[in-house]
Amino acid sequence: MEEKKIRILMAKPGLDGHDRGIKVVSRALRDAGMEVIYTGLHQTPEQIVEAAIQEDVDAIGLSILSGAHTTLFPKIMELLKKNKVEAAVFGGGIIPEEDVPAMKKIGVSGVFGPGTNTEDIIKFVKENAKKKK
Amino acid sequence: MREEDLTAKLLKGDRRAAAKLITTIENNPRDAKKVMREVYRHTGRAQIVGITGPPGSGKSTLIDRLTSEFRKRGKTVGVIAVDVSSPFSGGAFLGDRIRMKNLSTDSGVFIRSMATRGCMGGLARATCDAIKILDAFGKDVILVETVGTGQDEVDIINAAHTSIVVTVPGLGDEIQAIKAGTMEIADIFVVNKADREGADMAVSELRAMLDLADKRGWKPPVVMTAAIEGTGIAGLVDRINEHYKYLKDNDLLKPWLKRRAEMEIVNIAKDIVARDVAEMKKSDAYKKLLEEIVEKKIDPHSAADKIMKMVKKGAGRKG
Repeated sequence: MEEKKIRILMAKPGLDGHDRGIKVVSRALRDAGMEVIYTGLHQTPEQIVEAAIQEDVDAIGLSILSGAHTTLFPKIMELLKKNKVEAAVFGGGIIPEEDVPAMKKIGVSGVFGPGTNTEDIIKFVKENAKKKK
Repeated sequence: MREEDLTAKLLKGDRRAAAKLITTIENNPRDAKKVMREVYRHTGRAQIVGITGPPGSGKSTLIDRLTSEFRKRGKTVGVIAVDVSSPFSGGAFLGDRIRMKNLSTDSGVFIRSMATRGCMGGLARATCDAIKILDAFGKDVILVETVGTGQDEVDIINAAHTSIVVTVPGLGDEIQAIKAGTMEIADIFVVNKADREGADMAVSELRAMLDLADKRGWKPPVVMTAAIEGTGIAGLVDRINEHYKYLKDNDLLKPWLKRRAEMEIVNIAKDIVARDVAEMKKSDAYKKLLEEIVEKKIDPHSAADKIMKMVKKGAGRKG
């Protein structure tokens, strides 16, 4: 009796303390039957990647509203690659439209801004977590 | 990757292998068997400590501080934090890492969050196997946090050498302390948040309750901590080590291993039967029996006997 669950890490890199959004999304993913590991605020890229390794997650959700995504996301993606973490990565918070192509280019496969329907995020996670072996 | 290769890597201290093996044993009992066949003989070195108590009593923060203290004393630490799965969606919100931020980049620490996935007793089905993986991985001390318990989640007593029951001031009077269940399993009591009003009262009530008990053997100490401030933590680690030494000095480790083995094989056997019964539910014979019960041709007990006969014949069993 196989009981595979989607495990997902939800983290807030950087220094902003706005965690309403990530909590709403975490809750929605939980209600969609996933196991959500929430690491809380002020996570360094190293902490996030280490947690992703130890928890062996299928996906990683990053919420950032400080504007530091152009520095923090590349750093996180680089560390994930270095440690051969296969999880799908998506971002949310305040990420300006013009930064989205650059985020996608470094491997952030989904970017979800304010007003996103949680159903869309659930769908994204289900589809992208499957790709991981 | 094959389980054998992962096990070889695990024994060399590869944390990705440890993480992947825990996922494997969580997801599929048949694969768990394969993994444990390799891993089990490499276990038995770690000191295992269970921490249980009501939600919000500060278990995760306590584990964070205990881990730092064990690290200071030169020990490597594995943490398994169990939280509940939703009985409705099957999902879970695992938030214990929030309190353990300072540990996450220490290479001497490995933290894994686990959801109960419908298992009762305060632990997940795979918790005992996950403990063994961290043991074989080489962690000196393994701290296991149970789900926030009510009064009946006592499986930890068989999974850990030392069981700590955490309480906080103001939860109830001595009548609560006398009750059965979790209160009976403590090797050490911790009154956490001891900077709050009522801590002394909670301690004296616990001590009074303990005075009513059998005086032979280990007498559970009552330790005051304020985990956020870090007070009382070094003393608590001393008590934990004293209890472990007590088990060793009195030849109690082997009886404990037997108790754990008994819990495990009974649980695993129950699991196998549950899987076989679930398999049986797909059969036409099962559907026919349901109809017969509805039509009062057979009673549920006799029908269950028939089902068990079918299960015993081996229909539906694989691996």
